[in-house]
Order: sequence, then C-alpha cells, then structure tokens
Amino acid sequence: MLSAAELMGPDSRGHFGPYGGRFVPEALMAPLEELERAYHEAQQDPGFVAEFQELLRHYAGRPTPLYFARRLTERLGGARIYLKREDLLHTGAHKINNCLGQALLARRMGKRRIIAETGAGQHGVATATVGALFGFRTMVYMGEEDMRRQRLNVFRMRLLGAEVVPVHAGSRTLKDAISEAMRDWVTNVADTHYLLGSALGAHPYPRMVRDFQRVIGLEARAQILEREGRLPDLLLACVGGGSNSIGLFYPFLQDESVEMVGVEAGGRGAVLGQHAARFSGGSPGVLHGAQSYLLQDADGQVAATHSVSAGLDYALVGPEHAWLHDCGRAHYVSADDSEALDAARLLSRLEGIVPALESAHAVAECLRRAPGAAGRIFLVNLSGRGDKDMDIFRDNLPDLDRPERAGS
Amino acid sequence: MTRIGCRFARLRQAGERGLIAYLTAGDPGLTRTPALVDALERGGADLIELGVPFSDPIADGPVIQRASERALRAGATLPAILGTVREIRRHSEIPLVIFSYLNPILRYGFSRFAADAAAAGADGALLTDLSVEEADPFVAEMRRHGLDTIFLAAPTSTPRRLELVARYSTGFIYLVSRTGVTGEQESLSDSLLPLIARTRALTSLPLAVGFGISRPEHLAELAPLAEAAVVGSAFMRLIEQHQASPDLEERLEKFGAELKAGFSRALHQK
Repeated sequence: MLSAAELMGPDSRGHFGPYGGRFVPEALMAPLEELERAYHEAQQDPGFVAEFQELLRHYAGRPTPLYFARRLTERLGGARIYLKREDLLHTGAHKINNCLGQALLARRMGKRRIIAETGAGQHGVATATVGALFGFRTMVYMGEEDMRRQRLNVFRMRLLGAEVVPVHAGSRTLKDAISEAMRDWVTNVADTHYLLGSALGAHPYPRMVRDFQRVIGLEARAQILEREGRLPDLLLACVGGGSNSIGLFYPFLQDESVEMVGVEAGGRGAVLGQHAARFSGGSPGVLHGAQSYLLQDADGQVAATHSVSAGLDYALVGPEHAWLHDCGRAHYVSADDSEALDAARLLSRLEGIVPALESAHAVAECLRRAPGAAGRIFLVNLSGRGDKDMDIFRDNLPDLDRPERAGS
Repeated sequence: MTRIGCRFARLRQAGERGLIAYLTAGDPGLTRTPALVDALERGGADLIELGVPFSDPIADGPVIQRASERALRAGATLPAILGTVREIRRHSEIPLVIFSYLNPILRYGFSRFAADAAAAGADGALLTDLSVEEADPFVAEMRRHGLDTIFLAAPTSTPRRLELVARYSTGFIYLVSRTGVTGEQESLSDSLLPLIARTRALTSLPLAVGFGISRPEHLAELAPLAEAAVVGSAFMRLIEQHQASPDLEERLEKFGAELKAGFSRALHQK
C-alpha cells in the first residue's frame, strides 16, 4: 500500500505518479507558472479563502444536502443510499464551485477577460454566471455540434452576457472547444484567464480544480458521520474529466474502508469511437497538456467519443484518476447510454429528482450494486440536475411524449 | 554534426541566411510530398520541417489545422511519413526535421522513433507540446541516435526557461515571434527583438524565427537579426489553393525564391 503522501499528489511539477505534468507549447509555460504562483499565494491568504467560502455559502447555496433516498433504498432492497445534492446548487451543477474559485483568482491576478470551453453547456453557464457576477468580459467556446444539441444553454449564456463562439474544427465537440480556448489563451494571455472546467489540462489545473471541488467530499464526509455515525462503504460518481468525482473522493482517500468507484460513459458499446470509457478502451497518452488514459488510435491520433451525456464525452480522463486507478485506490467502470437513461427515469419516478444524464451514470452503477449489499452505506454524487437534458430525454423516451388524449 | 549543423556552418561562411520551410506531410497526399520538398529546395529552402499531422493541433492556426485534417484523411501516419523521409533521402541531402505534437511520437515510442527516424535519414525533431521539463527521456533517445532536438522559445519564456531551452536544444533554436498560434501576419512583433537578445546571451546556436513570417519583407527585416526564418502557413495556403493544379510545384519554388530574395536584398544593401 502506498503512503498517503504518495497517493495524494501532485508533486511540485504536477505529476500524479507518471500522469499529469505540463505538456503545452512554450508560449503557455510562463502563464501556467504565473497561475501556479498566484494560486499558491491565494491558498495561503485567509482573505481569499474566506471570500471563497462566503460565495459558496451565500451565492452558490452550500452546504448542499445529503439526502437519504428512502424509496430508492426500499426498491433495491440492499444498501442504504444517500445522494449528495450538488444538483441543488445555483446554475444546477457542481461546476459553480470551481468557477467561483477561479473567478476570484482571475480577479486577484488582474485579468479582465475570462474564457472557457463547454460541452453540454453546464460549465459554460457557470462561467457566464461568474463572469456576470465579477464583471469580466466572458467568451465561451463551444463545438458547433454541441451548440445544436444544447440550444437552450447557448441562449442562457448569452442572457448572462457571455459571447458564445462556435467551433467548426475537428469533431466540433468538447475537445475542439478546449483546443480553441487554448489557442485564444496563448494569443491573449496578458489580460485573459482560461477558466478550465474540469480536473484536466496542464498543471496546476487538475490540482486547482480538485481543490475547489473537494468541498463536496468534505461536506459529505461530515454529513454522513452525523447521520449514520460512520463512514460510507462506497462512493459513486460519474467521471468525464473527473472534477465532481475527484471532489468527492479526495477527502476520503485516507479512509481505507471507503471504496470508490468512478463511472465512465459506456455510450453505445465497446467499439472505439462509440464510448468514453478511457480505462477499459484507452492507453496512456497526452492531450491538452496532461498525460493520462486517452482514447486514441494505433497512430496516436485522438479517437472520437460518444455519450448521450455531453459532459462525459471526452477522450482523456483527469490525471489524478489515472493515478488512483493504477494504485488500486479507486475503481472505474462504465454505464452505457440506455442504463443511464433508465436510471434517470427511475430516480425521477421514485424520488422526484431528475438527475443530469452525467450523474445518472453514477446512479446506474448504484442500481447494479445496491441489491446485494444489505447493511452497507452507498453515497452517490448527484453532480447536476437534468433540466438541461430535457430535449435529449424527449428524443430517447418517446413513450412519454405522446400527444395528450382529448379531454384528459 | 548533423546535416543541420553543416548547413548553418555553410550559410555562416557564405554570409547568408537560411530559409526553413514547414510542410505538413501528406497534404494533399504522401505521394506528393517528396516532389513538394524538391520544389522548395529548388526555390532555395535550406531546411525542411516535415509536419506530422495531429487530430488536435492546439498551437496551430486555421491554415495548418486544415492541412492537418486533409493529411489525416489522406492517411499520413508516422510510419508512412518516415517512409517518405527515406524516399526524399534517396535523391536529396536537404536537412529534415520532423515537426510533431508529442502524442503520435509517444505512441510510436521514443526509442523506436529515434532509431527509425535516424535510419530513414531525418536529422532532428521538434515536438511542439513537449516542454523542456518533461523532455529528458526523449532527448536521451535522440542523442543516442545522433539526432538534433530543437525546442521553442517564446517572448513569454522566463530567464530560467530560456536557459533550459538553450541547454536542451541542438542544431538551432526556434524562436516564436509572438504569443499566439501559427499563421500569417502583417508585420513582425515588437516582442521579437528582446527575445533574440536574451537568447543570444545564452547560446551560440543559430536562431530561427517563426510564427507569422510570410512575406519577403519579413525576411528582409529578419536578415540582420537571426540566422534563419521559418515559413509555414504561407506555403500551406499555396498548397491548399493550388493542390489540384499542375503548376503547384512551380508556384512553391517561385514563392520560395521570392522569400529568399528578401534575405539577399537586405544583406546586399548593407
């Protein structure tokens, strides 16, 4: 077993074991060093920490409840299931935690403009929100294909005062939006902060994003101890880049009795291009500044991915997850599109909670494991709510969308 | 010394400057690449950077992004590109640098890449997103096979980083003229002069300036400042516009000669 220090990275150069690091063109190295320095100083500054806590509490709506899902627990007849309700946060997902932290940092660094990438639009909306709150000029890069799939979020970002820039290159999805945001950053670095939305990218992003998200696990740990008088047996969270999951897992890493499972997108099946299950279908590689498990072809070209949930639809997993995977501290599985849709439907019916399709992947794994787990406590991170996914639910659940019968 | 060092020595003796031409290998097709290299050589190019196309070219502007997409669609893989290097070497001694993002090389394997690139007749490599901090394993393999490693220096590079870039580079150092992506521009950036001065203080290696260099006037401006200029997007735009036309090679040769003339005009005026 590795010592806690070895397990809990990164080292001073941003490595989690062999993963992470800083793989960017030279022009971005100095800005990353500047960001790392500013972040380090901010962490030591009680004023910064206090303002972050204040915003989390009074603006974002923390702490979020830890809800005992009684009807779901009864239906499955095994483990006692708790839901960490990040879906109740302002803007509808955990993304706001990180955005508030980075916005404070950007203001501290004297930046006037923030840029971001977005897939489903959740991070874009959270970025547009803090952009409005702090008075930044805000520009969000979004793949043309994703803009088509998430029209309502595009409008929402514009309503919040952000400019949404369509990305026409490559597959026109999240990875191309990140590439375009990096090109903008390298060109406008003097006045611009790149507000990266997940535990991805070059050092210090994976660490910084995790730190801003670990409030999820810190709260959940205290709440479950208060409710049950003991730690949970299993943590479940979906993993796209991996920010909600690392935020939940990190404060439990030294609790050896707590098992952790990250759930990736199994998409339409195991063929390369049809899923985003990096651990089962990928191999170590470098994309957008970090080394980690990557879906790629034999020539090292990044593979296309698919998931019904745009937030999980990305070819590289956050580097800290790669390290936890190799160390055996966390385990990673996948749930496919239809399992996620079924789980979302069941949770909606039993608990009155419509989860985001991303979070529904974690719920799906919970449905598989809970029935045989009497006496155990499961804690599932409900990272976002499903409002943004209504069009996708409608496309995939046509039986709910029949025209009303006359008179009823 | 590789062909790169020999070429810069010869240029120095002759009091000349070098034209480095970047070409995305495999655009419009790998079978065309050797003839395009020959055309550039006839036009006066002193060194060719042969670009390995990548699916996610974060340092490149739209022109080279599109070239990469076309090359990937045409099947330009790293093994096939090394085959093209072998083919060029059968009839040309022009220095060749493999220009790539890290992941295709990582996937191929550093040791295997260095061995195969050397055997094919390449002279060195530049990996855009491999920072000097992470470069040790790669540089060691390249040295073992007598190949040069070229690194980028940027206007934003700190003194500490510039020192590392100078230490890890052989052959020449590639100075990025401005912070931004590849692509043509109107005039040279103000941040270039201080970067050249800071780098000169650390190394006696030749300096090549790239990013935004696209016109004979730019080369004329650079002539008193640097040993070489890198032109990429302007060549790739020509290839994009004229790929179906029978006189593509002729156009590349002519444009190369015009650029090179920018150098000589400036040097002979002095």
